[in-house]
Amino acid sequence: MCQTGNNGPLKAFTTRALTKVYGEGAAQVHALRGVDVEIPAGELVVLLGPSGSGKSTLLNILGGLDRASDGDVMFQEQNLSTMTDAQLTRYRRDHVGFVFQFYNLMPSLTAYENIELVTEIAASPMNPADALELVGLGKRGDSFPSQLSGGEQQRVAIARAVAKQPNVLFCDEPTGALDSTTGRAVLQVLKNVNEALGATVLIVTHAAATAAMADRVIYFADGQIREVRVNSNKRDPQDIEW
Amino acid sequence: MSPLDRKLFRDLWRIKGQAMAIGAVIAVGVLLLVMMSGLITSLEETRRAYYERYRLADIFAPVKRAPQHLLAELAAIPGVSTVEGRITGHALIDLPGLEIPLRAQAISIPEFHTPRLNDFYLSAGRAPARERLDEVMLLKGFADAHGLQPGEPLDVTMNGARHTLRIVGLAQAPEFLYTTAPGELMSDDARYAVIWMSTQSLAAAYDLDGAFNEALLSIGRDGQTRRVIDAVDRLLDPYGGFGAYCLEDHTSNRFVTEEIAGLRATGAAVPPIFLAVAAFLLYIVVSRMVEAERGQIGLIKAFGYTNLETGIHYFKLILAIAAGGAIVGCLLGILAGRALVDVYLLYFKFPFLIFQLEPGSFITGFTVSVGAASAGGLLVLRRVFSLTPASAMQPPAPPHYKPLGKLARSIQSTLDQPSRMVVRRLTRQPGRMAGAVAGIAAGMGLSVAMVGIMSGFNQAIDLTFNVVDQSDVSVTFNEPLSTTNVTNLGNIAGVVDVQPIRYVSAVLQYGRARHLGAISGLPPDPRLYRAVDRSMNTIHLQPGGVILAEPLANILNVRAGDVLTIAVREGRRPTLEIPVAGIAQTLLGAPAYMDMESLNRALGEPNRMSGAYLRIDSAQQNTVYSTLKDMPTVAGVSLKQDAKGALQEQMDEGAGSMRYIMLAVAGIITFGIVYNAARIAYAERARDLASLRVIGFSRNEVAFVLLGELAVVTLIALPVGSVLGYHLSFAVAAGFSTDLYQIPAQVPAAGYGAAALAVLSAATLSGWLVKRDIDTGDITSALKARE
Ligand SMILES: Nc1ncnc2c1ncn2[C@@H]1O[C@H](COP(=O)(O)OP(=O)(O)OP(=O)(O)O)[C@@H](O)[C@H]1O
Ligand SMILES: [Mg+2]
Repeated sequence: MCQTGNNGPLKAFTTRALTKVYGEGAAQVHALRGVDVEIPAGELVVLLGPSGSGKSTLLNILGGLDRASDGDVMFQEQNLSTMTDAQLTRYRRDHVGFVFQFYNLMPSLTAYENIELVTEIAASPMNPADALELVGLGKRGDSFPSQLSGGEQQRVAIARAVAKQPNVLFCDEPTGALDSTTGRAVLQVLKNVNEALGATVLIVTHAAATAAMADRVIYFADGQIREVRVNSNKRDPQDIEW
Repeated sequence: MSPLDRKLFRDLWRIKGQAMAIGAVIAVGVLLLVMMSGLITSLEETRRAYYERYRLADIFAPVKRAPQHLLAELAAIPGVSTVEGRITGHALIDLPGLEIPLRAQAISIPEFHTPRLNDFYLSAGRAPARERLDEVMLLKGFADAHGLQPGEPLDVTMNGARHTLRIVGLAQAPEFLYTTAPGELMSDDARYAVIWMSTQSLAAAYDLDGAFNEALLSIGRDGQTRRVIDAVDRLLDPYGGFGAYCLEDHTSNRFVTEEIAGLRATGAAVPPIFLAVAAFLLYIVVSRMVEAERGQIGLIKAFGYTNLETGIHYFKLILAIAAGGAIVGCLLGILAGRALVDVYLLYFKFPFLIFQLEPGSFITGFTVSVGAASAGGLLVLRRVFSLTPASAMQPPAPPHYKPLGKLARSIQSTLDQPSRMVVRRLTRQPGRMAGAVAGIAAGMGLSVAMVGIMSGFNQAIDLTFNVVDQSDVSVTFNEPLSTTNVTNLGNIAGVVDVQPIRYVSAVLQYGRARHLGAISGLPPDPRLYRAVDRSMNTIHLQPGGVILAEPLANILNVRAGDVLTIAVREGRRPTLEIPVAGIAQTLLGAPAYMDMESLNRALGEPNRMSGAYLRIDSAQQNTVYSTLKDMPTVAGVSLKQDAKGALQEQMDEGAGSMRYIMLAVAGIITFGIVYNAARIAYAERARDLASLRVIGFSRNEVAFVLLGELAVVTLIALPVGSVLGYHLSFAVAAGFSTDLYQIPAQVPAAGYGAAALAVLSAATLSGWLVKRDIDTGDITSALKARE
């Protein structure tokens, strides 16, 4: 991979004046109001901010699930804003793993098959069984989502995102429904993916303590970035206060 | 198997009830198409084979008396390939226990060979032996109607002489698929017979030794029928030729042709309507089904599946239902067609059957089903694909509401919460509701049209036998009689009223359109048998004009004022140029009426009648019958009751019988549509309803929210369906009308009521089925099944 014009480490994402407006007329909502951010490749980034501040919106745009109303998003050298739908699909297929805020499992597929759905079209996926093992659900592969608890569903969703061994992994509140022990275990999995695969990982969370494990913490409010803090003192998920 | 395919199977299994209901609707639509076209193809193929195997003639040439050697000359006519001469004659059969003698046609069997043309199919016993003059072979239909068997005696009067003959065999023949006495409209096996005897005995009976009185000709591949007929007429004219005619004008063939044409018209008009309704439903259902998958489509796309991959997945689901339904429809259509052909086989009296399917109907049925389903699916998929995965995964944004007006607010405040939810849902998604209303209305429209057709058939019979024909008995004479006999008939004890009629067969021609039919001459003030206009008022016939029945006017493509050429085929055979004075309403046959006196004058036979209509005192009917039977001039007596029964039977067993099947299919489609509407509404709302249960609504309140919606949709659909049915009934009525009878499109009020009742019962049953699911389903699984 070649360097961009700037010096410093390779950027996974660079956004310029990114805005997102939902709706029209009186019902307009400005979810993003000019976001400029750089996310270096291979970092584990935590995104913090109050409810409704636009975190999920930003994640969706970075993940190629949504389009910005204005501004640019660069993934490495490619501009996501100018991509066609087919190119965006290709991008998601080749590079992106996503854990949705709502777990979004296919109700008519088992946990194992939900993971298979993704690994089938991935270039170098893990074995779905191994992915389930990672999140501690090795024995629940045959369960349907309706037979799993909320936390278990969330873990299946994480296993699904991790299993394709993506370049970038987006996690929208991955630990929201988990107790502290499982929560830590899940964060450990994300950290492993980040370190072992060199994947860039973006985690949206309300649990401020999670910030302790990040390379970089982005504080978000009102559709804008308030502050970006580089964490020089990364801690292991096991040591995070819950 | 790929996970998407596994999802496909599980989804299909999950919606199996609904999939089956949709499949059933499309299946019956396809069934009807395949069945009808298979039936028609089989009947035509069977008829063709029957004609060919038994060498039915192409040209029939009746003549008074022609010497045998003329046959060689006929055979020499260019284009003629085979010639056969035979003797035929009128006969009367006296059956023990019957008041009236029955009319029959006697036909000779060649002495030294099997008939070169117009062979017969021996269904029992054997053919009469050459030297046995008292042996007779009887038409099977007539024998069956009277329970006659080979070995039994038969009293036959030929040319005034009475013979006691012995039945040795029963036969069927392609020229007698339909037997009707001259001057009668309806075929009745019991009232007209055909007997075959040796040439020798018929030659003796009709005084035709060494001669024939009917030539049969077949034409080679390049022969031109018209030219041959002209040549035949020239040859036979000196011997009293009555005018040769071709197979198309042969009574039996014409009847069969018209019945098959009737079936074909019904098959061409009605199944497509059914299929269109089924396809429309499929379109609506599939689009709503795919719409409900919107979140999952977004998710699949979020994983990086392309539009094509996602589209193919859903196309498979659609295909499974639509093609499944179509295949089941094709299979059932084959079975139903096969079963029906057997029924029609008896009706048409074919001795064997060639079952053939119409490949086009499979293709049409399949294409329409899959096409409609795909269109419904594609449309939604395209809309969902145009969304980003993020917004597809979001539930669709609720539409904006204008703040309620004062009136609406005060109305709403009177409603309880569940009722408000019903109202809100109906007003918020008007498109979806309109789709449901349209679907149910289309189903109801079909039912209305079919119920209307049922009463249309009864109306046709009523108009024919209570309005047009108000007599009890009609009498036909051997030869036209002087009208002074009207008084004699009137003097018979028990006869209340008499109306003479003059009846001649004629070819009506206008431009290139031509129809072999008959002219009925009626007195100026007809009381018992009359022509009526649209408002059922008697048309009083004026000299110098002809009144045509509406279907005849359509065949000839004439309007009042056009001048018609009428070539009379009896007596002096005059050709008349006569203007059309008006159009008469008729639902049976295609008659033409003239003033009796002017018809007689044109024929040069003043004051003649060929028959009469009588009204009798029912207390004395037996004496009337026996008096008529003893009158030597009477050729036949027919009772209106018998004729009515024969027509009813024909409508129930011929092309009209299709209406019963179609009514059933309309019912199935209507139920399928209503049930689907309920199921879809439930599927779309399962989660909301579970949430309602969670926040404390009772089962019944929840059911009310769902069923209230269904009820409102159904109630709105009723008037829409009635209007639709009114319009559909014209198309369906036209499809059921044949040249033999016309079915009016008039849906009685009760028809709308019956269809509405069917829809309401379907809705109640569907509601009950869905309510049962609400009651047994647990709240949590619906809530958990979040995509
Ligand atoms: N599809 C949409 N249509 C209209 N408005 C939307 C849509 N999605 C999000 N919004 C609005 O955009 C704003 C940002 O939403 P977003 O989901 O990004 O917030 P968030 O930071 O993820 O919040 P939370 O922490 O509650 O998940 C909110 O005000 C939200 O109401
Ligand atoms: Mg969010």
